[in-house]
Amino acid sequence: MIAKTIAWLDERLDLSDIRHFVEEKGVPIHAQKVWYYLGGMTLFLLGVQIFTGILLLLYYRPSAAEAYESVQFIVTRVKFGWLIRNIHSWSANLLIGLAFAHFFSVFFLKSYRKPRELTWVSGIILLFLMLGFGFSGYLLPWNELSFFATKVGTGIAGAVPVVGHFTLRVLRGGDDVTGATLSRFYGLHVAILPAITTALVALHLLFVQRQGMSVPIAVEQKLKPGEKLRQMPFFPNYILRDVLAWYIVIAVLAALAAFYPWELGRKADPFAVVPPGIRPEWYFLATFHTLKLIPSHVFGLEGERLGVVGFGLVALFLVAVPFLDRRSSRGERSPLFTAMAIAGLGYLIVFTILGHYAK
Amino acid sequence: MADNRSTATHPSQQTEFNRRTFLDTLLATGFVSTAVAVAYPVTQYLIPPAGGEPATASASAGRAGSLKPNSAAIFKFGSKPGIVVRTADGDIRAFSAVCTHLDCTVQFKPDTSQLWCACHNGTYDLGGSVVSGPPPRGLEQFAVNLRGEGDDAEIVVSRS
Repeated sequence: MIAKTIAWLDERLDLSDIRHFVEEKGVPIHAQKVWYYLGGMTLFLLGVQIFTGILLLLYYRPSAAEAYESVQFIVTRVKFGWLIRNIHSWSANLLIGLAFAHFFSVFFLKSYRKPRELTWVSGIILLFLMLGFGFSGYLLPWNELSFFATKVGTGIAGAVPVVGHFTLRVLRGGDDVTGATLSRFYGLHVAILPAITTALVALHLLFVQRQGMSVPIAVEQKLKPGEKLRQMPFFPNYILRDVLAWYIVIAVLAALAAFYPWELGRKADPFAVVPPGIRPEWYFLATFHTLKLIPSHVFGLEGERLGVVGFGLVALFLVAVPFLDRRSSRGERSPLFTAMAIAGLGYLIVFTILGHYAK
Repeated sequence: MADNRSTATHPSQQTEFNRRTFLDTLLATGFVSTAVAVAYPVTQYLIPPAGGEPATASASAGRAGSLKPNSAAIFKFGSKPGIVVRTADGDIRAFSAVCTHLDCTVQFKPDTSQLWCACHNGTYDLGGSVVSGPPPRGLEQFAVNLRGEGDDAEIVVSRS
């Protein structure tokens, strides 16, 4: 049946290129190949997000008067609405976690080195886009926590020098977080970010397919001249392993969604006082805590502004990593960048924990 | 007979075939179960829950005094529109304003004293019966009661 369909299509469209590609595609076998699964798992969760996101759109209403009630309606009245919403929330968090893991694995293995600089750049931008999805989606249920988190988050954007006030007003759709902000975040979350993400993911995958999997420097160096690494056929051997990884993701996701329902909290009230212990989602905790620690004035500069500029520079540095790391692009070991990756990971872990327990 | 012998001479091929079929079946069953486990909640989710719309028994259609003879007004009957008509001789009648053809909202035509649907030119008389056009059935007629006296009386419409 499947074979017949393929033959039918082949006769009309000439699939020989694709068939050739699928038959030839291989995945190198070595000790570090376990890290190859992370990108696929992240992509799988992105698919889950798109699917459940579209389903949520059927009942969600993006207005200050109805947003909270419509989410309440989804989780209480719509059949399996609780499941769809919990999966969307949990999957968002797992997705960001896995994207970070994917990012660090690529960083440590120096897979960004020549000729894969552009794959890295598109990946970094995608990581930032995922954070944008998290930030904009967090407001949509219009509850107390998300309302104040958005106030703080857009306030941080307001601290950017020169364009800060403009950015803040554009993000909020005015001077304050109101229903106008909700409309904007909704548009951002369901139209603008998905459009950019789709294009970039396509590009990212195209690069990976064109160049094949990167082999770590240490593995490459152990090869004798002229020796080639053993390969595993992508289809069906590797894809079945990928599918197995996705099943693990499904199992974790289903368990989390069923046993740890995502709270809806109380409806946002612009005139309520900020609840104590307010903090952003875990993936913004390190940034949040850093900003708390910076004194209000450093060398005559506003502390907040300094912090924001600092984060901007870190982001720029991350994009530029493959162009700065000359040693790895020559195929040599690059301990300096390994040290930076360790420092970065250490900073994120420590500050996330500190931010979580800070009063 | 020849077939039997050839299978007997290649027992490895025989087991290979069984193993493959077994694994293929296992894998296919797994994928199909996953698809069902996703499709069931999703189809259930797509069906809208019964709305907060318990069949309305009665509604107010405004004051009797505000309704001139040979005129009509639309009122809310639950979540659907109703139309209350005062005939030329002062009689008050009420109908569902949902055209039985394709759910458009009907209106009163003072010149012919008929209820008319602008979508596909269906007309009903003031008994709710179809006069012309595509509607398959007449409009549902409601019972009208007046609460109070004179022009101030409230028109109470109820499902008869």
